[in-house]
Amino acid sequence: MPHALRQPKDVRPEAQVSEPERDSQPDDKISPSLGAINPEQFGYAQARHLIWRAGFGGTDEQIRLLVRWGPEKSVDHLLNFGEKATMPAFEPLGAGQYRDDIMREPTDEERRAYRMAQQAQNEDELARLRNLRQDREQEDRRQIGEVQKWWLKRMIQTRAPLEEKMTLFWHGHFATSYRAIENSYHMLAQNQMFRANAAGNYGELLAGIIRDPAMLAYLDNNDSRKDRPNENLAREIMELFSLGVGNFNEEDIKQGARALTGYTFESNEFKFRKNNHDSGIKSILGQKGGWDGDDFVKIILGKRECARFVMRRMYHFLVADMPPDERMGASSVGPATRSVLRELGDMLFARKYNLKPVLRRLLLSHHFYDDTIMAQQIKSPAMLVVGAVRGLETPVRDLQLLNQAMDMMGQRLFFPPSVKGWDGGRTWINTSTLFVRQNVLAFLLSGQLPRGVDGTANTEKYDSLALLKASTDPAVAAKDVGAVTDHLLKLALGRAPAAGSDAIRGYFAREGNQVKERAVTGALLLITAMPEYQLC
Amino acid sequence: MLNQPDPFSRRALLQHGLVMASTSLLLPSFLERSAFAMAHPHLSSIPGVPDERVLVVLQLSGGNDGLNTVVPLFAPEYFKLRPGIAIPERDALRLGKSDGLGLHPAMGSLRDLYDDGLLSVVQGVGYPNPNRSHFKSMDIWQTADTTATGNGWLGRYLDSECCGFGKGESGAVEQDQSGGGPSSISIGRTAPLALDGSKVKPVAFESAQLFRWSAQDIDKDLASTYDTLNRRGILATNGGSGPKDTNADFLLRTALDAQVSSDLIRKAVARKPQTTFPQNELGNQLSMIASMIGAGLRTRVYYVSHGSFDTHSGQGGANGRHAQLLRSFADGVKAFWQELKAQGNDQRVLMMSFSEFGRRVGQNASQGTDHGTAAPMFLMGPHAKPGVLTSHPSLRDLDEGDLKFNTDFRGVYASILEDWLKADSDKVLEGRFKPVRVVKM
Repeated sequence: MPHALRQPKDVRPEAQVSEPERDSQPDDKISPSLGAINPEQFGYAQARHLIWRAGFGGTDEQIRLLVRWGPEKSVDHLLNFGEKATMPAFEPLGAGQYRDDIMREPTDEERRAYRMAQQAQNEDELARLRNLRQDREQEDRRQIGEVQKWWLKRMIQTRAPLEEKMTLFWHGHFATSYRAIENSYHMLAQNQMFRANAAGNYGELLAGIIRDPAMLAYLDNNDSRKDRPNENLAREIMELFSLGVGNFNEEDIKQGARALTGYTFESNEFKFRKNNHDSGIKSILGQKGGWDGDDFVKIILGKRECARFVMRRMYHFLVADMPPDERMGASSVGPATRSVLRELGDMLFARKYNLKPVLRRLLLSHHFYDDTIMAQQIKSPAMLVVGAVRGLETPVRDLQLLNQAMDMMGQRLFFPPSVKGWDGGRTWINTSTLFVRQNVLAFLLSGQLPRGVDGTANTEKYDSLALLKASTDPAVAAKDVGAVTDHLLKLALGRAPAAGSDAIRGYFAREGNQVKERAVTGALLLITAMPEYQLC
Repeated sequence: MLNQPDPFSRRALLQHGLVMASTSLLLPSFLERSAFAMAHPHLSSIPGVPDERVLVVLQLSGGNDGLNTVVPLFAPEYFKLRPGIAIPERDALRLGKSDGLGLHPAMGSLRDLYDDGLLSVVQGVGYPNPNRSHFKSMDIWQTADTTATGNGWLGRYLDSECCGFGKGESGAVEQDQSGGGPSSISIGRTAPLALDGSKVKPVAFESAQLFRWSAQDIDKDLASTYDTLNRRGILATNGGSGPKDTNADFLLRTALDAQVSSDLIRKAVARKPQTTFPQNELGNQLSMIASMIGAGLRTRVYYVSHGSFDTHSGQGGANGRHAQLLRSFADGVKAFWQELKAQGNDQRVLMMSFSEFGRRVGQNASQGTDHGTAAPMFLMGPHAKPGVLTSHPSLRDLDEGDLKFNTDFRGVYASILEDWLKADSDKVLEGRFKPVRVVKM
């Protein structure tokens, strides 16, 4: 049985049970090497691992193509997405024009009209003005739904999966929620900023985030002024976006908040309001000067801890579960993982926060392809949904429903639960999200909605037999039940565990051992409901 | 009142045996214990504790403004520091004999509970060196540990009931001989850290209708194979060596838990309440909890969250955003107690509400309040010690603009553990905290 990275919950020894000393379980079986793997070590399992972690999975043919290419060409292909023709920036779905000014601040004229109505105590006029505003709010809620569908569709269709994967990472890292800011265009603009720097430079992202209207609104910096600085943005930048707990103190937050005063926005553009800015001398992380927000960012980037912190977050997202940083004592990951993280963090620092060389090194490394790393990550809801369509080639069916299902599974795009983003790992899974996960796969494969969900079944046909046609195995082409079972299991799970094989063969037997579309779809319903399907 | 299925039916044996097995890594001894317990049902009761006692935790997420919840009308500083958002004295709902305190005007329903002797108000609750990060402070409250490390405090309590110190095997045995059900249930997408134990894990769900595999409706033939594949959790153990607990093991166990819990819970929440609950999220959630209690699930702890109370801007005073949050809270809670009383289950239940911190005394530039420190907690139910306990922190003697706490929240937990759940609070809280007696003795 592969040896797992230890979870924080397991670190606490239970007083009442005498068990082997837990801290004596090192991760010394995990390869600490960041050296590149050889082409001959890059087989089907490795290529499948790469396409899942650096993207959202892929078809049997795509995986076999990567095997033929070998590790370097495959990784470079995934990484150098800027050179490929990418998709157009924004294609609103559905009918009607997308409006980027719908949530603009009221004009002076509108304010005047409101004041006059107030003074005249003209309740009808006040109600009319309020309704106008409410109509626009309602329209913008429709618009954010369109933006959600657009992004999900983009993840499904993109030829540059790592670009979308990293955009999703930054969305969770610099988490901002539509719920609080109620401006779909600001969310979209932030999303485009993340995409523009998806595997670019972290420093530019951090500098961009203090000029990003969505974030400025989300963390109340638009209300922060010289005489009353609001500490929210400075605090979360240091605690969650860059340094992590323990690498700054309360005073740094207060001083950082002063540096950020006056950083605000007007309609859709960043605006520096000099009159609201505190230009006095501040001491931040030991450095004294008349710092502004950009200096604040530069001072943070000058700390090696920042690169290490960002690296840990990326590792957690792409490679393996990491304990939350607040709880991460030196002992909570093993020495091999620790050394890998330190080396990559220092590399990110030395490369001035350029992400591509660090990602390249990681995605080619022995460590990344270690047996304890592969097929041990719990898929995020985005990976589950996008991966099913991309890998099993199901119809998309209903983007809105898929977004709703993602919400129920705990990952509503543009609505992260808090500024901390999504915790990931085992927190995705509980008994109820597990049912939703099984049921969304049932919907994609069959078009059938679970009871209790509004809507009608989707009748688009899913040609499950097409999955068999691509196989190079003659026994699959000849519709041998054993070969078909193994083929489907390998495609969906990366391997064919004995318990699964037996059960699926048993199912085919009850279907008269006929490899027909109905039975193959049935087998896929069962395989995707296996607990193992949640892993990638 | 409680279901008593034939404990020797194959189904009951399988179900209850599996519930336990799946919550523990120590499978073989558990199966043994389970069979033993069925033959000796009288061993199950904890001396002196009614088996049916339940704790409901209501979390106010985001940092509830305690000063506008239990308003210090006695303090002129309150009105001075909050010119835009203070609750006017004439609007506040006076709390009986206690001079100078009033509830927020949106909380009429809570005042009704107070008048009926069902509410206890604990003032000035906090902890030393308060942390103003939502996440850190919430973790501190949920772990009952100021370094915010380790399992949840209720998870540790349930661990202790199930198979460790103090109470022997009562938790495990309990599940065998009654209607069954998980040890703790959280209504919501994700389970809170508070319920997370080393052995006992919470069940969490948002809607019971979706708590099953839908493909059985597509083709009945699929169901039996599905069952086989999803009840393998019993195999997902490796002799109890925790560190080797892989994500795959974890998924197998969770899948098994899901199957077992699905039947029980869907049946339970199908019960219609006798009371009209408010038509909002919290109202629906409290209604579900009341139904599960009414159905006799042997669940010890229910958990539900409300909010966000993170009112940095546009908080409002007697009306507005904060008022709305408090109204949903008060109306939901009142309906919950009406329902429990109608069921005849009110004596079994204690409810506690808390938030990760209060808010700063002075308002900010955005007609809101920033993260603060001490705040009141509420205990509710016929066994909550009624009235206003402890004193309101001074509004003159502040710590950099924040209230100084006078009551450690772990003292409140200690009383709940000792006086209501009859547990060893020193062990669960991993230290001695002088109980703040919140339970009627």
